[in-house]
Amino acid sequence: MEHYINYIAVGAFTLYLIYTSFNGGFDRSASSLYTDIGVAIILAVSLSMVVGFLGELSLGHAGFMCVGAYVGGKLAVLFTDAFTNLDTYIIFAITLAIGGLTAMLCGFVIGLPALRLRGDYLAIVTLAFGEIVRNVFRNAGGYFGNDGKLSTPRLDNQILPLITFGLVLVTLFVTQNIIRSKHGRAITAIRDSEIAAKATGINVTKYKLIVFAIAALFAGFAGVLSSYKVNKIQPDTFDYNYSIEILVMVVLGGMGSVNGSIIAATVITFLNKFLTTDLVTILNENFNSSNGVIAYIKDSLPVIKNIIYALILIVIVIYNNAPAFKGFREKYNIKNLFAAIFRRKQDPAKHQDDEAKWNRVPTKIEIDEVLSVDIQPGSPYNPDKSEKEEK
Amino acid sequence: MSKVVLKTENLGISFGGLKAVQNLDLEIHEGQLYGLVGPNGAGKTTVFNMITGVYKPTAGKFFLDGENLTGKTQEAINHKGIARTFQNIRLFNNMTVIRNVLVGLHNQPEFKCSMISSVFRLPRHFKVEKAMRERAKEILRIVGLEEERNNLSCNLPYGKQRKLEIARALATNPRLLCLDEPAAGMNPHETAELMDIIRHISSEYKITILLIEHDMKFVSGLCDEITVLNFGTVLAQGTPDIALNDPEVIKAYIGG
Amino acid sequence: MEQIITTLINGLSAGGTYAMIALGYTMVYGIAKMLNFAHGDVIMVGAYALFVMFTTTGNPLLGLVVAVVLCVIFGVTIERLAYRPLRGASPLAVLITAIGVSSLLQALAQMIFGAGEKKPVFYQFGNVTIFGISISLLTLITLIASAIIMVVLSLFVKYTRTGRAMIAVSEDRGAAELMGISVNKIIVITFAIGSALAAVAGFFMVWKAPNVTPILGAMPGIKAFAAAVIGGIGSLPGAMLGGILMGVVESFSSSNTYTAPYTDAIVFAVLILILLVRPSGLLGKKRREKV
Repeated sequence: MEHYINYIAVGAFTLYLIYTSFNGGFDRSASSLYTDIGVAIILAVSLSMVVGFLGELSLGHAGFMCVGAYVGGKLAVLFTDAFTNLDTYIIFAITLAIGGLTAMLCGFVIGLPALRLRGDYLAIVTLAFGEIVRNVFRNAGGYFGNDGKLSTPRLDNQILPLITFGLVLVTLFVTQNIIRSKHGRAITAIRDSEIAAKATGINVTKYKLIVFAIAALFAGFAGVLSSYKVNKIQPDTFDYNYSIEILVMVVLGGMGSVNGSIIAATVITFLNKFLTTDLVTILNENFNSSNGVIAYIKDSLPVIKNIIYALILIVIVIYNNAPAFKGFREKYNIKNLFAAIFRRKQDPAKHQDDEAKWNRVPTKIEIDEVLSVDIQPGSPYNPDKSEKEEK
Repeated sequence: MSKVVLKTENLGISFGGLKAVQNLDLEIHEGQLYGLVGPNGAGKTTVFNMITGVYKPTAGKFFLDGENLTGKTQEAINHKGIARTFQNIRLFNNMTVIRNVLVGLHNQPEFKCSMISSVFRLPRHFKVEKAMRERAKEILRIVGLEEERNNLSCNLPYGKQRKLEIARALATNPRLLCLDEPAAGMNPHETAELMDIIRHISSEYKITILLIEHDMKFVSGLCDEITVLNFGTVLAQGTPDIALNDPEVIKAYIGG
Repeated sequence: MEQIITTLINGLSAGGTYAMIALGYTMVYGIAKMLNFAHGDVIMVGAYALFVMFTTTGNPLLGLVVAVVLCVIFGVTIERLAYRPLRGASPLAVLITAIGVSSLLQALAQMIFGAGEKKPVFYQFGNVTIFGISISLLTLITLIASAIIMVVLSLFVKYTRTGRAMIAVSEDRGAAELMGISVNKIIVITFAIGSALAAVAGFFMVWKAPNVTPILGAMPGIKAFAAAVIGGIGSLPGAMLGGILMGVVESFSSSNTYTAPYTDAIVFAVLILILLVRPSGLLGKKRREKV
């Protein structure tokens, strides 16, 4: 039932945005925050398709976003110059489509190595892709602005959050419906055992490419949206740290859990803004700015934020995964706690088939599966000379 | 005699210099329960890996219903009608029992449903999902796992996991079902139950079965023809009585 | 011609630095079966140690020694606190923890030293002329030092008890443990060696381009990681080959006016191409899953 909760929560928030927008409107920072949250949700949910459901590690999600932002942004500039009487929103729709599709094409291309590479090897390829994209846009002969700093048209900040959350709903609709269908079963089958999936006749090639392409499409949308939010887009926004931030959202949300991704994306984006801007305002209002300690804290807030994030990430991952804490985790676990409070005793056989378990959380990537590369179907096996263990 | 389902001609594979299997000639007829036996390292699983497309044979060919499938991919071979189970169980561990079987039904023509239909939840999607679930339950009933259908497959006991693998393979609607040590790790009671299931599948659904097994009682109780492999070559072929009493076979097993 | 040789030597020298870092990645991968994403940031720790020691005492060699010691302490501590609890957990969990450690180190450095560049002024080496070709002495020293280190490391792994135990652990951890090898000890040693190499590499990097920042190690770290993958991660000769290849490609690319801005893109494109042709890297072992 988790997918309905997602629709209800996001839908309700969208309605709230529409209401506020037409009754007084948001202030600038609220508009910016809502847009950021929407973009983060789109990115996290689309990445969770790759990482949580297909089980492939991608460290280049910001690269696809970068493609969307630059292609969409540049087209918007060109169109605005060329067709002065064309409506801004029509231009937006066109650039959104083209930016998204270009990113999708890139996703397809990056999906190709995914057919031969697994685990860490694929991770480095996606990371490399992100760096290549950034480098190319920065230097493409000044076509995308000096050093890649491209001035792009903006959308009305009363409308942009609404469009963003509209796209969040589209993202949820597409990803959840794919995952909760026979195609989603095939995708999770590949995650659980690629060899068994092949032996069961699943077209692994097709599904890997589809997942990479769809994830990239939505990342491209997110990129176009972000280009309409700011005056100038810069390549450094989309560096690998950003890819990792998205990955962190997926991991903290619980891999293979869409509503986890949504919550993590919202909380992290909100905290980002709170710690870097709101807290500064609060400190300014309540303390004398000549107070040395406060001034120091104020200046180092972004760094403190990073330290806190890093620590939280390390602690949560260790707590959730360390074999030593296994018993502890099973005993004291939030989910069980909630279940005890909100539900009567559940008889597992009474589940409506397996509908309720479509997004069971942990993804196990077995170590020998990570290490095994080049399991090309049917290729004759030529062991390297150093190979001794094959019988 | 009835139609030949699987035929291998001079099938062989070598890893580097090591000839894992060579000159294998098999002929499995429709409805047969065929056994592949031999000591450890004889190349039995390698034969399975060749006829299911995991390895590409370096010599010879194999045919399913007269169609040459040598060198096809695993997916393609499965679509043509060869399904298998694994010696070391490979279930989709994070999925429920019924979902494992549903994945097996994925490619059946009557359950075709495009991604567009699924995304936009067209009537086709719901119709297919419902029909698939019904079929999956039927298949689970065959192996006696219907009650367990909503449990996670990794939580099943060993014997039931093996049965689930059979159910998943069965779901792909195979002509030939290849079972790699289906009784390994089962107690005598479970083994007897499994023998009944296999016989049932063979007689009721007219599926030809090729199985690897160490348990000679299991093989001679179930199979009507066997091939004994040793060091990748055929030692003996024939009915279990004749093949297992072949002096070469006895020598290979007891050592001599 | 002269130009080409100079570029080649510059590339080899930069490649030597990459190789030293890549060795850290590859050894840890081979033995602990994990990607130590924070390896690049250990370089940064060493660079700050060097900077502090150099500005206070004026002795770069003392700085190098302190950097090596500090990096080893950091490497081993990180292993103990962040990675060891996750031994046996999924590799993805370990990778994410490593990413966390990486940003933690960067943030701590920024907290302590600020985000600005620190520019130690080292002694400037002149050029030497060999066979009519003028080469920077620093480049030559880097090249020779990295060559010596690689030879010593190869000999160490091949001929000492510890080295052979390392090979055993990388081949089969369980079997090595049954043979009485303390896997934890070997992993700690691996981290120590890798971190020491990172400190040395950082020393040469900073000397060549003296601006120390909190993100100093990030890009070289990623490139060295790419180099290790090109060579076949887990393989020591592979990391050396990959590192040198990466340095040479980079050097030739940045010596040409047209390709210079795209150097990073070219380097990573080479990585992708090599992996497409040889999915386990140039010298990597092919492993396949037993079916």
